[in-house]
Amino acid sequence: MLEKFFDDGHGHTSYVKVWVLLLVLLLISFVGPFLEIQAVTLITAFGIAVVKAFIVAKYFMHITMEKRFVTYIMVTLLVFMFLFFAGTAPDVMKHEGSGWEKPAWKAELTATHDGHGGHEADHH
Amino acid sequence: MAFRPIANTRSASGIPTAKLATWWVVGSEIVIFGGLLASYIMHRLAHDAWSEQAAHTNVYIGLFNTFVLLSSSLSAVLAHKAAEEGNGAKAAKLLYYTMGGALIFVLVKSAEWTMEITHGFTITSSTFWSFYYTAAGLHAVHVIAGAIIMGIVAADAKKNQELHRVELIGIYWHFVDIVWIFLFPLLYIAK
Amino acid sequence: MAESAEVSHAPGHDDHHHEESFWSKYVFSTDHKMIAMQYMFTGMAMALIGGFFAYAFRMQLAFPGMDVPFFGTVSPADYNSLVTNHGTIMIFWVAMPVLIAAFGNYLIPLMIGCDDMVFPRINRLSYQIFLLSAIVLIASFFVPGGGFGGAWTSYPPLSAKPEYNLTPLGATLWLVAVALEFVAFLLGGINFITTAMNARAKGMKLYDIPMVIWMIVVASILFMASVGPLIAGAVMLFMDQNVGTAFFDPDKGGDPVLWQHLFWFFGHPEVYVVLLPALGIVAEIITTFSRKKLFAYRTVLYTVFGTGILSFTVWAHHQFIAGVDPRMAHVFTVTTLLISVPIAEMCFVYIATLYGGSITLNTPMLWALAFIGEFLIGGVTGIFLGASGADIYLHDTYFVLAHFHYTFYPIAIIGTYAGFTYWFPKMFGKMMDDRLGRIHFWLTIIPFNLIFIPLFFLGAAGQHRRIYNYEHFPDLQGPLMLGFTYQDFREIATYSLLVMLGAQVIFFYNVIKSWISGEAAGNNPWKANSLEWVATSPPPHGNFSEELEVFRGPYEYSHPDRDEDYWPQNEPA
Repeated sequence: MLEKFFDDGHGHTSYVKVWVLLLVLLLISFVGPFLEIQAVTLITAFGIAVVKAFIVAKYFMHITMEKRFVTYIMVTLLVFMFLFFAGTAPDVMKHEGSGWEKPAWKAELTATHDGHGGHEADHH
Repeated sequence: MAFRPIANTRSASGIPTAKLATWWVVGSEIVIFGGLLASYIMHRLAHDAWSEQAAHTNVYIGLFNTFVLLSSSLSAVLAHKAAEEGNGAKAAKLLYYTMGGALIFVLVKSAEWTMEITHGFTITSSTFWSFYYTAAGLHAVHVIAGAIIMGIVAADAKKNQELHRVELIGIYWHFVDIVWIFLFPLLYIAK
Repeated sequence: MAESAEVSHAPGHDDHHHEESFWSKYVFSTDHKMIAMQYMFTGMAMALIGGFFAYAFRMQLAFPGMDVPFFGTVSPADYNSLVTNHGTIMIFWVAMPVLIAAFGNYLIPLMIGCDDMVFPRINRLSYQIFLLSAIVLIASFFVPGGGFGGAWTSYPPLSAKPEYNLTPLGATLWLVAVALEFVAFLLGGINFITTAMNARAKGMKLYDIPMVIWMIVVASILFMASVGPLIAGAVMLFMDQNVGTAFFDPDKGGDPVLWQHLFWFFGHPEVYVVLLPALGIVAEIITTFSRKKLFAYRTVLYTVFGTGILSFTVWAHHQFIAGVDPRMAHVFTVTTLLISVPIAEMCFVYIATLYGGSITLNTPMLWALAFIGEFLIGGVTGIFLGASGADIYLHDTYFVLAHFHYTFYPIAIIGTYAGFTYWFPKMFGKMMDDRLGRIHFWLTIIPFNLIFIPLFFLGAAGQHRRIYNYEHFPDLQGPLMLGFTYQDFREIATYSLLVMLGAQVIFFYNVIKSWISGEAAGNNPWKANSLEWVATSPPPHGNFSEELEVFRGPYEYSHPDRDEDYWPQNEPA
């Protein structure tokens, strides 16, 4: 879809155009949080990061010009990382479980309940 | 000519040997950064208090460094183009620009860290800051290593030798760039 | 990393076209066969150290408080350090270097018909880093405080806090050694994968690659894909130990279970990393000595890939009692039971290969058959541990210990002896003494079973691991079964270990004797098909005198249209 846009008029990719687009995307991801809507921040920050990574991989690394299996290998490795996340997050994201607790985190949670400002004192 | 076994000249998979190995190196780096960032993200999602810590990172410096790295990637890919056209001198010049970008990146990062440490945000301040310094530090090590290798490649390219390596170091450099593309929102933007 | 070593080598340097000095031939060689031998003998030397550690702590368990000959009294700290480093050495410095690095280095270029690895200097660098890592590990035994004693899994907070483990320097050096070793195998592994993908001889299609090469390559990929999170974890643990961060300290906002996940996400695929090369070696041996085609080559290949992918989904079955989410424990139980299916299938395939063959029972074949039988016991007992309910009872007992020794011993020791005795004629150009080989086989395999079968019973009866002196536990002293007490079983295991260690002298005697005065082997003593048997024994630097072309798969034995019962891969139709 972007090939036409990136064409330099001779059927080649204009890397400068790719770079300009990357900078525009960077700017959007920077401006996003100023709207102070969390959903927008998440999309502008991480959605755009994925798009930028895709553009760099495709137009700078030329991964799509490589044999297909290179893409498959890279995607498989990424999938393994999601697998790692899925298996690990249920444990790491809890502050207590059967027979264990994380004291520091529990203290953090109590501080939040008691009112704001507990954190600053905790961490400095 | 350096000793090169016959094995090195074959390419049964359809990809030149050195490039294939570069892709595998990139693959092994994906899982190293993947493991670290996955660990960071799961903590971050679970701890609301971390956003307050993250608010102390300087988004303008992060923005500037992202700009520097994206631009250094541009000169790396232009160097690749020059190398493909057989213009070793131009490729070397562009690689030196990329190394300059790496230097600026590392200098800015040192200044940023100095500022943060003097403000009391050290690596032991909290787990957020531990992750912040470890992830950015591991990335910076890759930037420095990449720049050093790039210097060797550029020195060869200048003499029109081993021009295929310009593309390989480029692939690695773009990967380091992609890692930063994700580190930037993770460490600076998400508040 | 791969580029740096390649690039940094000055052009014009060439040490291969003139008379080689001792140093360039044996120490700084870039020849894949020499590097394989370096890995092999470093691994065997480390195995002696690991075996000596096992001897010291088994003596302590059988005869608590005794003055162990050649070691002295085993203190509790010594005991912890001995078991920790026994495990670490046997897995990272014996199984990995011998099975993957040594056999991979030796076999990949020879069996795919090329002159060397694609990156010979990275190969040499890989061994040098590996040697450095071994030296760092050995050094860690002698620093103040002694060697690290927090088990080979190195769980924090024990591994992270000096006030708990009391071995600040030992723990850090242990971690550095392991990290260096990973770097060495990443360099080596990428070299293996690239070589096998790119440097195959003309005409060698994917389904013509010998199974052992496929398995070593898949194992290297598994290693590369699983070790990343642990490298990140090692960096984090290093910071916890030395910088004062708290990634794994729940008192300061970290999470110790995160380390367990990072470790086992690597640790479980690691089992398959070492298992697959051993399975591949066995495949080569049983086809050669039953003069039959490998049963279902393609199915085996797909099974290997399936096992590889499944092996990334089972890791948390090591953590059932660590307080992991019980719902996740169910998922991991199911995937663990699933992964036994492909491995069981592999055993059946090997038995089907043997069925109806004309079997030669020489030393390599005995080792290969023993591998199948003994590994089966290890696999079957794993089912109990994979089921989260049963694991709560059996976890951290000697049952676990016996189970994984029934998997790792066949892999690391039996698999190595099988491969070493099978390829010895190629490596050294001489035949091994088969009679001595068989005596060594029986004197190893019988004591091996006598060591670990008693431990199954002890574990099932509730004997906990990680106890230094069972005299302090009257419950674990009384009668156990058949008129024997618990202590009798421990002593049987220790006596068997002594016999087994003693029997290894026969092996080393056999190697030296055969090397010096063995019968000349010729190029193809086993009448096998794969390409390494085309080269002279031992192959010169550069391996083959001419470029080979491949016409068929490696397992064309007993073809009905031919007078000879084998059909080398490179022989035109």
